[in-house]
Amino acid sequence: MSGAPREALRAAAQLALAGLAAAVLLAGTWALTRERIAEGERRAQREALQIVLPAALHDNDPIADAVTVRAPGWLGQPESIVRRARRGDAPVALVLDATAPDGYSGPIRLLIAVDQGGRVLGVRVTAHAETPGLGDDIEAGRSDWITRFTGRALGDPDAARWRVQREGGEFAQFAGATVTPRAVVAAVRRALQFVAEHGDAVRAADAGATLSFDDAPADPPPAR
Amino acid sequence: MSSPTPRAILEYGLSSGNVGLVQMLGLCPLLAVSNNAVNALGLGLATVLALTATNAVVAGIRRATRRDVRIPAFILVIAAVVTAIELSMRAFLPALHAVLGLFIPLIVTNCALMGRAEAFASRHDPARAALDGFATGLGFLWVLLAIGAVREALGEGSLFAGAGALLGLPGLEVSVAGYPGFVLALLPIGAFGVLACLVALRQAWRLRTTGSAA
Repeated sequence: MSGAPREALRAAAQLALAGLAAAVLLAGTWALTRERIAEGERRAQREALQIVLPAALHDNDPIADAVTVRAPGWLGQPESIVRRARRGDAPVALVLDATAPDGYSGPIRLLIAVDQGGRVLGVRVTAHAETPGLGDDIEAGRSDWITRFTGRALGDPDAARWRVQREGGEFAQFAGATVTPRAVVAAVRRALQFVAEHGDAVRAADAGATLSFDDAPADPPPAR
Repeated sequence: MSSPTPRAILEYGLSSGNVGLVQMLGLCPLLAVSNNAVNALGLGLATVLALTATNAVVAGIRRATRRDVRIPAFILVIAAVVTAIELSMRAFLPALHAVLGLFIPLIVTNCALMGRAEAFASRHDPARAALDGFATGLGFLWVLLAIGAVREALGEGSLFAGAGALLGLPGLEVSVAGYPGFVLALLPIGAFGVLACLVALRQAWRLRTTGSAA
């Protein structure tokens, strides 16, 4: 009997040693790659931003000039980062993260840039899981569908036409995929409504601030 | 137990004991990431690296770990090595990581790793174990790449599309302009279909050469 606890201790010590070795390996790799990873992520953010927001429009760093917005009723996700582009002191545009929670196979994440007049400067899909070959035409690399939002605003087309064509709207659906474009159109429309309603508060807040908006548009995003 | 020759180890990993076609292990990544040739190549290479490294380490510590804690210790080793590979990939191939991100951590759960650690690496010296890991990984890589290439060619009419952006190898890209596309090959059912055809082809070849399908 006296041997059993010692045996168990030895087993535990061996496992602890394996755990320690694993931790050392991970800590070493982390230390070697951390800087490069962080830099790569910053570069990816800047590149994504430049696609929706022409660099010539602003002279500040919108990545640094950002606020956190909690407006799930408008933007479809618990927390969004809203980046503010300015030229001199004058606000030029807002770039919002938004989610269309009602994609065909899960949420579709979007990056939407809206100018001072409430017009869309650009929209890109940043993450989605839509069906390859059917729903993934929302990707800029697969079709030009997503660019058709550029220059549109609330009222252009009017509220009733901010839908896919099958529902009497302005925006084309894809052959065999209506759910995906419908979700994206609705998410872009809600983001524009959010800017119209709360844009001034977002532009006025200090960089780094967190703003909460508990209200929602007339047709809020469906619950996830 | 007598040690197998390097030649036998390679033959087993690539053909007679192939994880994808014969043992049918690791089918989750095999089916999920074979939608085009570049993804398949990326995940395949990561798996080769992970299998070689984990097998070598497992063989190195095989005498220091008792039977009853061997499996948890192996799991720790595998998880640590795969995470290290993932971090390196994020640092040096961020575009490829963005595509494969979800599946790299899943290499940990690829039964091929645990299977080779337990069945081979825990009983042989590190050099043989590393060779076995390499051979097994290469066997997985070629099946993954074959399925990926067939699905991409059928589904999109291209081969290695995106190799320039994702791997830094633009020379590999081939594409046919105006191909109408065949969605079925890109959907999960296409993965099962192509895998089934490969397995059937292999069985036919075995029957022809040895007279038995096993």
